[in-house]
Amino acid sequence: MTHALKRPDFAVIAGWMKPGESVLDLGCGAGELLQLLAARGLRGWGIERDPGHVLAAIENGVNVIQSNLEAGLAGFEDNAFDHVVLSRTLQTVRHTQQILAEMLRVGHEAVISFPNFAYWKNRMAVLNGRMPVSEDLPYQWYDTPNVRFFTMLDFEGLCNAMGIVIRDRQVLDERGNTVTEEHNFLGSLAVYRIGRDD
Amino acid sequence: MSERSIGPVTARRFVCAEPITLAAGVTLPTWELAYETYGTLNAARSNAVLICHALSGHHHVAGYYADDPKNIGWWDNLIGPGKPLDTNRFFVVGVNNLGGCHGSTGPSSLNPATGEPWGADFPVVTVSDWVRAQAKLADALGIESWAAVVGGSLGGMQALQWAIDLPERVRHALVIAAAPWLTAENIAFNDVARQAIITDPEFHGGNFYRYNARPTRGLRLARMLGHITYLSDDQMAEKFGRKRRPSAGSYGFGVEFEIESYLRYQGDKFAGWFDANTYLLMTKALDYFDPAEAHGGDLAAALAGARAKFLVVAFTTDWRFSPARSREIVNALVKNKHAVSYSEITSPHGHDAFLMDDHYYHAVLAAYLRNAEI
Repeated sequence: MTHALKRPDFAVIAGWMKPGESVLDLGCGAGELLQLLAARGLRGWGIERDPGHVLAAIENGVNVIQSNLEAGLAGFEDNAFDHVVLSRTLQTVRHTQQILAEMLRVGHEAVISFPNFAYWKNRMAVLNGRMPVSEDLPYQWYDTPNVRFFTMLDFEGLCNAMGIVIRDRQVLDERGNTVTEEHNFLGSLAVYRIGRDD
Repeated sequence: MSERSIGPVTARRFVCAEPITLAAGVTLPTWELAYETYGTLNAARSNAVLICHALSGHHHVAGYYADDPKNIGWWDNLIGPGKPLDTNRFFVVGVNNLGGCHGSTGPSSLNPATGEPWGADFPVVTVSDWVRAQAKLADALGIESWAAVVGGSLGGMQALQWAIDLPERVRHALVIAAAPWLTAENIAFNDVARQAIITDPEFHGGNFYRYNARPTRGLRLARMLGHITYLSDDQMAEKFGRKRRPSAGSYGFGVEFEIESYLRYQGDKFAGWFDANTYLLMTKALDYFDPAEAHGGDLAAALAGARAKFLVVAFTTDWRFSPARSREIVNALVKNKHAVSYSEITSPHGHDAFLMDDHYYHAVLAAYLRNAEI
């Protein structure tokens, strides 16, 4: 089980970071991304709520702080980290705007990955009358942790409304291959690097 | 439990002929610490772990005494072969602090100047004093740096102080159920406890040894009060609720509710063996603990020079030193970009949870220690 195969967005995220930089990974799980980044010379901390994941992260030798996202960020100073990462989690957060603002308060920039609801297979599923279930949306409608369903265009619209600058964007299909055209149609997972307008 | 016990252990004495000047300004010309060790110090002397005790603890941390097999160390559930703090890998040192009443120089020791017990004249000791004394023991044992310094409650404060005062000598600090300083409410509880002792007529201004007396009433009250703060409301409700003793009378002031019986039993037990002056000193050390004070209240500044990696652990129902207090430590460490993990453990056991044999809690400590390089 290699990270690269399981989480193609990790390679994208790691590619945007440099050795010696600091990173905060929100919802870090067992710390796989932080391990990858530590191996590349970054200093990282994770925020994780689930006790099982916290234990796994400690076993993996990464810095993990047990907390929910909101409380976890509140204690940190402005610009405390070079990067703040929220991978495949934004769609589970109820207070979308607050979390984006907090990420860009404690970090110089933020990296966000999320499943694109407008991916063509998802559109097909809805056209066929069913909620989509896929690699990047692997839940049934009744057990999904996702509370916000949005597309790349929706996200970019929100960034625009909040004065957030999109500095980079990588779009992946279900196999983890880079999508080079018709992103909002062919992209299953979107990864954004965003910052403040300054 | 016993099948993984370290087995019979021996208490040792470290006698230091080098004077130590305490924060209070008093110099102890010679002094000694009672300590125990478990496991084997490796050739590189790099696998040593120091266990710091809390208010009523001591150096007998694990194992038992051959002539007193029921006297099991207070953290035996954590320390031993194959246990989370694995004595097959680590060389573990337990120590009784200065001012203690279990063999280390303290109020019941003889003051060389008078030939009588120190009593009220024994100086107030601080957490930093303890760290310096423990460092002398480390020197004597040939331990240049600890693989880990571990403690709960007041013991966790010592682990934190070690990382601040002697940063090059601590590689990991495990700060459990602690706080960066005591709140007014914490100090208030401590002072009521002290007043219970000091106003006991048998206290004799701290010189009760001279009168062959013991302020057991005051000490008992102090412990009863303290004990309430170590438990959680939930746990007390579940364990005792409004249950009454079968034999209880009614409309009187005898022991009626189970909680009354429990607290009195705990108070009596404690007052039977603990030294009242030591209790005063330990609570005062808690009150004075505030490493941020010298840095204008900035805990992050106090921790700026720390070199250790940290594990901070708190328990959900601990209201004496709540998780929010541990988060203050974590945030100060993160501000310094220090390595830190924080585990907030769901437990019904209040502050005392740090002593309990909880599977998840011990799994967290074991996982962290497994990654601690020696």
